[in-house]
Amino acid sequence: MSMAPHSKLDGEAGARLLAKAQWRWYEVLFWLAAISLYFVFGDFIPGIPTKLMLLSEIVSLGLLALSIDLVLGYAGIVTLGQGAFFGLGAYVAGVMAKAGMGVFPLSDPLLGLLAAAAVCGIAGFLTSFLVLRGSDLTRLMVTLGVALILAELANQMRWLTGGADGLQGVTSSPILGQWDFDLWGRTAYLYSLAVLFVCFWLSRRIVHSTFGLSLKAIKGNALRARAIGVPVNARLIAIYALAAAIAGVAGALLAQTTQSASPDMIAFHRSADALLILVFGGAGYLYGGLIGAVLFRVMQDVIGAFTLQYWQFWLGLVLVLLVLFVRGGVIGLLEGWWNRMTRTGDAP
Amino acid sequence: MLTILFDGVAYGMLLFVLAIGLCVTLGLMNFINLAHGAFAMAGGYLTIVMMNRYGVSFYWSLPAAFVFSAILGAVLEHTLYVHLYTKSHLDQVLFSIGLVFMATAIVDYFMGANQQTINLPSSLEGRVDFLGASIGVYRIFTIVLCGLLTIGLQFVLSKTRFGSRLRAAVDDGRVARGMGIDVTKIFALTFAVGSGLAGLGGALSTGIISMDPTFPLKYMIYFLIVISVGGATTITGPFFASLLLGVADVAGKYYMPAVGGFIIYTIMVAVLILRPQGLFTRASR
Repeated sequence: MSMAPHSKLDGEAGARLLAKAQWRWYEVLFWLAAISLYFVFGDFIPGIPTKLMLLSEIVSLGLLALSIDLVLGYAGIVTLGQGAFFGLGAYVAGVMAKAGMGVFPLSDPLLGLLAAAAVCGIAGFLTSFLVLRGSDLTRLMVTLGVALILAELANQMRWLTGGADGLQGVTSSPILGQWDFDLWGRTAYLYSLAVLFVCFWLSRRIVHSTFGLSLKAIKGNALRARAIGVPVNARLIAIYALAAAIAGVAGALLAQTTQSASPDMIAFHRSADALLILVFGGAGYLYGGLIGAVLFRVMQDVIGAFTLQYWQFWLGLVLVLLVLFVRGGVIGLLEGWWNRMTRTGDAP
Repeated sequence: MLTILFDGVAYGMLLFVLAIGLCVTLGLMNFINLAHGAFAMAGGYLTIVMMNRYGVSFYWSLPAAFVFSAILGAVLEHTLYVHLYTKSHLDQVLFSIGLVFMATAIVDYFMGANQQTINLPSSLEGRVDFLGASIGVYRIFTIVLCGLLTIGLQFVLSKTRFGSRLRAAVDDGRVARGMGIDVTKIFALTFAVGSGLAGLGGALSTGIISMDPTFPLKYMIYFLIVISVGGATTITGPFFASLLLGVADVAGKYYMPAVGGFIIYTIMVAVLILRPQGLFTRASR
């Protein structure tokens, strides 16, 4: 059960791993762009409406998609139930903040995030044993089943969760006792972005470690991975629990920034949407979920502006076309173009 | 008590007819088609349109729903699904969820989002007393019709040449291909018939449960439960699983409305853990 990666890897393999783990210029650009959105849409420039609440929601969705990427893109576990941990995290943070009445120990946003991560990590650990068994279809149904049971629980435990109406008036105390959540969502966005970056950085470290490499091996062929000595089950349990904790953080973020938690956060379509977001952006790149979340919400806004009711149709169409014609989502497309651009003239 | 049992059995039979196509296609091609419910919805709405707008008799609407959904299934299989057999399960899941979304939006566009029902013909309305319990005539009609269908399916599968080819293909597709069985053609036909049966089931459901555009998503989980509990290798497995699910669901909602929703999900997860191959299948195959 030891999940400590062999820290020393010598020779070519180690050098390659290190080279892959280097931050690239476009990654720095990505995060700078994310920060610059704060100034563009933060009601600093007259004429541009503030969109920071929407952006915070995108960040939370992106984080959820990132957690699925760890499970699906790197470990190859097909899950339709990541929304369960998202909703659980939202309720944990929501109930805590509400019980704390907006004062320090219980309503502290960072403690709320930690609590959500811990509860969801444990829930992920416990349910991971169900996911280890069986084929893709079994996994799909088990994850879906767990999500449905949790959603039903949230619906029934009215005294705790507010039932179908959800939790309202979830007020957090100022972050680190310093920054209060404001009406325009300025604090919310920077806070979400910071949390996203920390989780992203952690995930990036993990997938570029030997532990991450072993996950890829498992995804490629679990039988062979076991044959070369990878403890397959232990690795899958570890990544599943970790991804569950990250999904919980994403849910907690949404609960804190929207100051509410509702059954909608734990419903099936949450899991499905997040999976779509990831596949749309491209699974197995870590950035896929983030880019997918931006495109998804922008698309939803643009299409929703003229056919709010029927945007599902276009979403479905995009999905079908994506599966039929495009491998690797938006990032896969970009990568393909990039490779063709840089390889012009070379013999294949 | 007996009424609930009867309602549960009728509901279970209906679920069986709705889900059996999915069971066979899953067992045959290892293809996860989450859009199966969309074919049921097509049949259901066709019935509603035919009866409510054009005044066609209910008895004519049922075969029409079967034929319509079967053709729809055959066309989609030939144009779209055929590209997905070799793709990963994830792709199949995404693709079929995409189809569900599209179907939901299309129905919403043409028919509206509200729930719709039909007026049953007078010969199917009313209740009869049976051993002291009052049972809806329509329930009896459903049970008889679905029972006949099940017997017919079982007969086709076990006694005809097509049935033995199908069973061979399900048991081991590669060897069946090697023996000169045209698995692709069998699959196309099975897919069409399965979709047709789903359409017929959808048409029948309009008399018990109302139709709305979220039908495919709402019932997807029921189909998956039927398969996970019944296994995808026989039709008797899904049959008993459907009956169990129908009775458990109706009884659970009646006696324990607060926890009714949990029971079936919990059963599903428990079965998947203890018997990943399904409750009614041989332990190994």
